[in-house]
Amino acid sequence: MIYNEEFETLPREALEALQVKRLQQVVQRVYHTVGFYKRTFDNAGIKPDDIKSLDDLKRLPFTTKQDLRDNYPYGLFAVPMSSVVRVHASSGTTGRSTVVGYTKRDIDTWSELMARCFVMAGLTKNDIIHNAYGYGLFTGGLGAHYGAERLGASVIPMSGGNTKRQIMILQDFGPTAICATPSYTLYLAEHGEEMGVDMRSLKLRVGVLGAEPWSEKMRAQIEDKLNITALDIYGLSEVMGPGVSMECIEAKQGLHVFEDHFIAEIINPETGESVPEGETGELVFTTITKEAFPLIRYRTRDISRLVKAPCKCGRTHLRMDRVTGRSDDMLIIRGVNVYPSQIEGVLLNIPGLEPHYMLIVDREGNLDTLEVQVEVGEKFFSETGEVKVLQEISRRISKDIKDYLGVSTKVKLVEPKTIQRFEGKAKRVIDKRNI
Amino acid sequence: MNKVEQISIFLENKPGGLELVTRVLRDAAINIRALSLADTSDFGVLRLIVNDAEKAKQVLKDNGFTVGRTSVVAVLVPDRPGGLHGILEVLSKENVNVEYMYAYVERSGEHAIIIFRFNATDRAIEILTKSGFTVLPGEKVYSL
Repeated sequence: MIYNEEFETLPREALEALQVKRLQQVVQRVYHTVGFYKRTFDNAGIKPDDIKSLDDLKRLPFTTKQDLRDNYPYGLFAVPMSSVVRVHASSGTTGRSTVVGYTKRDIDTWSELMARCFVMAGLTKNDIIHNAYGYGLFTGGLGAHYGAERLGASVIPMSGGNTKRQIMILQDFGPTAICATPSYTLYLAEHGEEMGVDMRSLKLRVGVLGAEPWSEKMRAQIEDKLNITALDIYGLSEVMGPGVSMECIEAKQGLHVFEDHFIAEIINPETGESVPEGETGELVFTTITKEAFPLIRYRTRDISRLVKAPCKCGRTHLRMDRVTGRSDDMLIIRGVNVYPSQIEGVLLNIPGLEPHYMLIVDREGNLDTLEVQVEVGEKFFSETGEVKVLQEISRRISKDIKDYLGVSTKVKLVEPKTIQRFEGKAKRVIDKRNI
Repeated sequence: MNKVEQISIFLENKPGGLELVTRVLRDAAINIRALSLADTSDFGVLRLIVNDAEKAKQVLKDNGFTVGRTSVVAVLVPDRPGGLHGILEVLSKENVNVEYMYAYVERSGEHAIIIFRFNATDRAIEILTKSGFTVLPGEKVYSL
C-alpha cells in the first residue's frame, strides 16, 4: 500500500520538475523574508532568479547547526509568530539549543509524511500504535502521534520511560505496532522477558524505529525477541522531525526520502563538494515546502549514501542508506543528541574542576551509558580535602548535565594529570559501543 | 590553638594506589602515626597524621598526588567503659557535630587517643578543655 500514490510514485522526470518549481519558490521566499539568507546569498553572489535547475542548488551556500544557534531562537523563521502554531527544540545548554517552528500547513505536511511512513511499514487505520517516543520539545512523540491520527490508526501516547507500565500496556492494549528508539525497543523486550512475559506472542507486528544509529545485527535481535518486522525511520528536528525518510517493508533496503518535500544531497564533508551518485558522504537537506522554518542546504553531519535505483515497492523516491555515522563529534545517547562541547560547558561552570575530561560511551545490555571522567582540581582539593565536598561536586556534575542536556551520566572523579593531554585537537570521547 | 594537621590524599579506586603512597612515605622516612581511609564507590580519601606533615605533603605532591590539609583535634580519652561517651556528651550538649573520627595507633598512659574532625574546630577545643578533657597539641602528637 502507498498512502499518497500520486506523489510517491511520480515518474522521476515529473518529480524533479516539481522539485525545481518548489525550490525556486522557497529560495525566493527565504531571500525576501529571512535576513540570514539574504546575507549569505548576497555574499555568495547569487540571486534567487539564478536558480533554474536542480543543479543550480549547488551554487547556494550551506546552512549549519551553528547558523541555527546564532539565530536562536526565532531568527530563521520565515513567517511571523502569529502564523506559527507550534515550536520544537533540540536538546542543548541554555541558549544553545536549536528551535524550529511550524505553521498549520507545516504540521499538516508533517502529519501526512508520518502517515506515509506508517503505510510504508504496512500499517492501516485498523492498527493500534504504541508510541514510546518522548512527547514534548523533542519532535519524536508528537510527530509520530499526528501521523498515526492522520492515518486513522489508534494511538497509545505512551511517551518514554516507565518500562513496567509500557510492558503491561503492550500486553493489555494489544498494540500492533510500536514507535521507539531501537535501543529502547530492545530494552523493553528484554525487560519483558525478565518479568516472565512472552514478548514474542504479543500482538505487535511492526516496529517503526529511529532517532539513533543502529545496525542490521540489532534489527535481527529486535525482530527475533519481539517476533516483529523492524523498520528504520529517519528525521531530524531541523528538517522537520521523524518522517523525512523511511524504509519500506517490501524491500527493507534503504530509506525513501520524501522528495516532493525535501531535496537530499551527499557532499564530501571536508571540501563541501558534491560526490558522484552512489558514493558515501554527508547528507544535506533542502526543505522545499516548509513555511515557518525552511532550510537551504542544511548540513546534517549524518553520513549516508543516496541510491536512485527503482524499488520493488513501486515508489520512485530515492533511497538513503541507513545512517552509519557522523562527520562531527555529536553523540547520540539513548536518543538524545549530545556534543562534548556542551558537557565541557557544564563542567566549566562548576568551581573546583579542571577542564580535563573524557567521555566514555558504552552500551550495557541495550542501553547507552555515558561516563564523565573529570580531574579534581589540585587547589580545590587542597583547600578542603574532604570526601563530602567531592561527593557533592560529583552529584552536581551529574545533576547539571541532566538538567541541561537531559541525559543521565555516571561521574567519575579522577586524579589530576591522569587524563591524557593533547596538543592540537583533543580526543574527548571513547565510544565503546559496537553497533 | 591545639590543632593537629591532617593530610588527605585523593585516590582513585584502583589497585596499587595505596601502595604507592606508603612507598613514597617510606622512602622519605616519614612515619605514619594514625590513618583512616574514607571510600566511596569511585574514589577514596586517605587521611593521615604523620610525624612531619610538611615534608609528607611535599614528597607526595612531587609524586603527583593531590594532597589536602585539614585541621583535626586529638583528644585523650579515658580507656574505660563510657570514656568516649563522656566526650561526645558535652559536645552534643553544645551542638558540635563530629564529621568523622578515628583512633590513634598508640596509647598515652591510661588513655587512648582519638582524632576528631568537628564542624567547628575551635569551639570544640574550647568546650573540651573547659570540661576537663585533654586536647593534645600538634607537636606532641607528631612525636609521640
